[in-house]
Amino acid sequence: MDRTFERIPSGCAISGIMNVAGQRISGEKIIASISLMHDRSNGLGGGFAAYGIYPEFADHYAFHLMYQSERGRTLTEEFLNKHFIIERGEPIPTRPVATITDPPLLWRYFLKVPEERLYKNPEPVDERDYVVEKVMYINDNIPDSYVASSGKNMGAFKGVGYPEDIGRFFRLEEYEGYLWTAHGRFPTNTPGWWGGAHPFTLLDWSVVHNGEISSYGINKRYLEMFGYKCTLMTDTEVVAYAVDLLHRRHDLPLEIVAKVLAAPFWKDIEKMDEEDRKLYTALRQVYGSSLLNGPFSIIVANSKVMMGLNDRIKLRPMVWGRRGDFYYMASEESAIYEIEPALDEVHVSKGGEPVIVRLKEGE
Amino acid sequence: MPEGRVMAMEINAKGMYYRDLNNLLREKVAEGVTEFTLQGINGQRYLGTGLKGKVKIEVYGTPGNDLGAFMDGPEIIVYGNGQDGIANTMNDGRIVVHGHAGDVLGYGMRGGELYIRESVGYRVGIHMKEYKKQVPVIVVGGTAGAFFGEYMAGGILVVLGLNKKEGEPLTGDYLGTGMHGGVIYLRGEVEKDILGKEVAEFELNEEDYRRLNPLLENYANFFNVSLDEIKKVPFKKLVPVSHRPYGKLYTY
Amino acid sequence: MANLIPPRFKVVIDYEKCRKCKRCVINCGFGVYSFADRVIPDHKKCVSCQRCVAFCPEEAITIIENPNVFRPNSYWTMEDRINIMKQAGSSGMLLTGMGNDRPYKNYFDHLLIDACQVTNPSIDPLREPMELTTYLGKKPDAVTVKVENGKVKLDTRIAPQIKLDTPIIFSPMSYGSISLNAHKALARAAKECGILMNTGEGGLHKDLYPYKDWIIVQVASGRFGVNQEYLDHSAVVEIKIGQGAKPGIGGHLPGEKVNREVSETRMIPEGTDALSPAPHHDIYSIEDLAQLIYALKEATNYEKPVSVKIAAVHNVAAIASGIARAGADIIYIDGFRGGTGAAPTIIRDHIGIPIELAIAAVDDRLRAEGIRNSVSIVAAGGIRHSGDVAKAIALGADAVAIGTAALIAMGCHVCQMCHTGNCSWGIATQRPELTQRLDPDWAAQQLINLVKSWSLELKEILGALGLNAIESLRGSRERLRGIGLNDTELAILGVKHAGR
Repeated sequence: MDRTFERIPSGCAISGIMNVAGQRISGEKIIASISLMHDRSNGLGGGFAAYGIYPEFADHYAFHLMYQSERGRTLTEEFLNKHFIIERGEPIPTRPVATITDPPLLWRYFLKVPEERLYKNPEPVDERDYVVEKVMYINDNIPDSYVASSGKNMGAFKGVGYPEDIGRFFRLEEYEGYLWTAHGRFPTNTPGWWGGAHPFTLLDWSVVHNGEISSYGINKRYLEMFGYKCTLMTDTEVVAYAVDLLHRRHDLPLEIVAKVLAAPFWKDIEKMDEEDRKLYTALRQVYGSSLLNGPFSIIVANSKVMMGLNDRIKLRPMVWGRRGDFYYMASEESAIYEIEPALDEVHVSKGGEPVIVRLKEGE
Repeated sequence: MPEGRVMAMEINAKGMYYRDLNNLLREKVAEGVTEFTLQGINGQRYLGTGLKGKVKIEVYGTPGNDLGAFMDGPEIIVYGNGQDGIANTMNDGRIVVHGHAGDVLGYGMRGGELYIRESVGYRVGIHMKEYKKQVPVIVVGGTAGAFFGEYMAGGILVVLGLNKKEGEPLTGDYLGTGMHGGVIYLRGEVEKDILGKEVAEFELNEEDYRRLNPLLENYANFFNVSLDEIKKVPFKKLVPVSHRPYGKLYTY
Repeated sequence: MANLIPPRFKVVIDYEKCRKCKRCVINCGFGVYSFADRVIPDHKKCVSCQRCVAFCPEEAITIIENPNVFRPNSYWTMEDRINIMKQAGSSGMLLTGMGNDRPYKNYFDHLLIDACQVTNPSIDPLREPMELTTYLGKKPDAVTVKVENGKVKLDTRIAPQIKLDTPIIFSPMSYGSISLNAHKALARAAKECGILMNTGEGGLHKDLYPYKDWIIVQVASGRFGVNQEYLDHSAVVEIKIGQGAKPGIGGHLPGEKVNREVSETRMIPEGTDALSPAPHHDIYSIEDLAQLIYALKEATNYEKPVSVKIAAVHNVAAIASGIARAGADIIYIDGFRGGTGAAPTIIRDHIGIPIELAIAAVDDRLRAEGIRNSVSIVAAGGIRHSGDVAKAIALGADAVAIGTAALIAMGCHVCQMCHTGNCSWGIATQRPELTQRLDPDWAAQQLINLVKSWSLELKEILGALGLNAIESLRGSRERLRGIGLNDTELAILGVKHAGR
């Protein structure tokens, strides 16, 4: 594809629902929530991440693939066959929707990593690193192919169109998940690039993002130093990779990851007690290139957690609320009320202060 | 239409697109309707925008962004929470929100009044300004987020901090940063290090109470709160120390 | 035959305005003026330092370029011809001061900075927080933490870091090449601005000891003034390998400049030449550099970052990588426009590469090798204004160093005669009647003003870029565009052409 554009600016709407007891609900609600914010998108991108939707393949990496050509599919399937055990491969079910035109070939594969693959090197390879490397390889090297998602028991469904139309196209009402996030996109040009829609994912991480990351240039170069390939022409993918680097590879707690992405100001670090001051000073010294500068509100999720985060001077909106075990996050409060009129609590988020919701233990 | 006659109507706006709703409102106002009750509001933007004169709108639900943007006279009462951008560049009128509200309220507001029963988000009262007899007012019953009164050039901001939790600050950081006109009345104390460098804190004088008291009375009346309770805590005021804080910034 | 060489400048005196106050006679460090009934200039001695012009109360003096025209020749410039005449008459190497003044391509002026419009907002730097704080030093690849009683605590030992309030420091200029008053002004300004001054290789005068937390002390090939006490009075220790104005070249401070105080500071006898060998004779290879770096770390108990200063030469990227791997905490790169107190003209004008290309090449190489975090980059050599600072940082520098700009702030008019020791402005001289002209308090305030105004401008640039911390600009070449550059140049700089 034409990658003259390194990055396409876009505005957006985001929404997320999580049941912390693991209770699964259909895709209807998240569609209703995101579609209320119709005017925040312009029909050039919509998408959903859904967790808990493949219980029968819970231990398999679920790869959602987008192909621009049959050749891409042939090459990718060859590649997958070589590096994985393909338990099942099938087209992702869709229904015709008048406004959704020219979709790519959409396939999904349930994969396992052949164990011997992890021991070929002198040092054993982390299975997740192995998967990440293969995802990066496909996105970067196999023509006409793009991995939309690669986590276990989850999937990303996204494309060019309004989110509610994308949701119907992918028949999301037929899926059940305990965690859903959604995105409606307002990009400023029209390359018709399905891969450019949100969410962006890596393993079971997904990110939906409203705003524009002004520090994209250095975030990208920093992540490239750690082997990530930023090829998707959008600033949002750097968020997914940064979270993967900081949380999974550098083993930082999610709360601390949030404080790297939206770092406290030096003047506020000065006021901390000595121990915190040391920690936060070190974080900014070491991870300055991971600071996401510029306006953003994001919902980052994985199988166990949903985190809402705003930039440190809060230039993008976010509201979160709760009703029983259901937690909601959205760009507009009305998008929550649309699906849950009687909230137990509702709050306007603060800049740089993450809202983290975790699956209850043992669920 | 005879002078002084009130024509009222109720609209069930559930699921209604904002453009259709606002068109309907403008049409009905032109026909002489002066009081509206809007039921089932959720997320419709720009309510009250483009309306002039003596019109009263009661809103049940959560109106969308830019409620009352560029509004010039009407009164809007919201029974629910507000979102972002309320009273954006508003010229005249009154908005009363029986709940909390989001960010960037009263941006560039030149006149009229905004009362929020509970707390508000970031950058409320940003670049509010007064001109001749127009003095915009925002009264916040709860607490305010960071950048409250940023670049404020005129008008009155009030934060009451009612029902605030122990240890919860009255406002966020960067209070009155870039403020160069108008006044902020604070019910209670704030940490000095959150103040913008352009402002200083002072005691209220008689003139201040003359301006503040009617606003507090309004708040008490609108939300059925005891005025005595509000007045139990002493007020401080923030005003800019210079109308031209950047006079020495440039060289020629 | 001396008449072969025409004067470069003409001193034009308006005798109708002249009150014969003789201020010009007193002020000229180069002996241009004599007085006999009226002021008489010797045009040949004039270097256009502008001191007399600035101090003439009647504005009666104008210095013009000699209008006498050699036959025009676009190949044999007037300067080339005069230099040949000088050498034919003397058999000496041409000597000069300040930085390369030849019209080589200037990459800073072929780079343009981005700004936000609509899709992301610019930020108001006057009302919203805007951070320029920069830490120089070696950073680990990752931070490790431990959780104790629910509290997250730092578990990584972070190597020594130096905090700068703004990413601009003063470049090394030795006491000897410049006056003690100039050194004092630099130290005071560094403290006030929360930045660093650099001793250069001439040792540290005891009057500057109170400023030790804002001082980089240099260890150069001559090892002047280097002892434990010297190392102790510093924030950073810097090994000087090379200088942009004279890469690969040593130098010497002539004995006549080594007065009592210079002698004490350099710890050499009064009146002797202070020789700086071309190389460090304990560094003939990269592993020797590592040996010296760790010797200095041992001497300073691993409490101070060790910087290595090199000139930007062709293979700068590989050299920088070697320096990072040798254990340096900071790499200071001096581009070919960097200044000097004295250098052979032919060296100054023909050796080295532009700092813009050097920053890009070094930053790229360190990233490709995954070791960019392990070292900070300070870039110098021709930083003229905050626009250059922003561009250097966007290309990949952590901070910049300014020398010539700092001298100009103290009164220097860039006459390029530092090597003569006659500086009429009292900066690049040790002549007491000249050095007393520079009031260190005034000069410090001038420097403080300059750093503060550049910092304000940097905040405006960041605000326009929609950024509120300098680290978000550092290495963010996406925010730069080239103009009038070819594909190779763009590829080296890692920027797209304007319009893309």
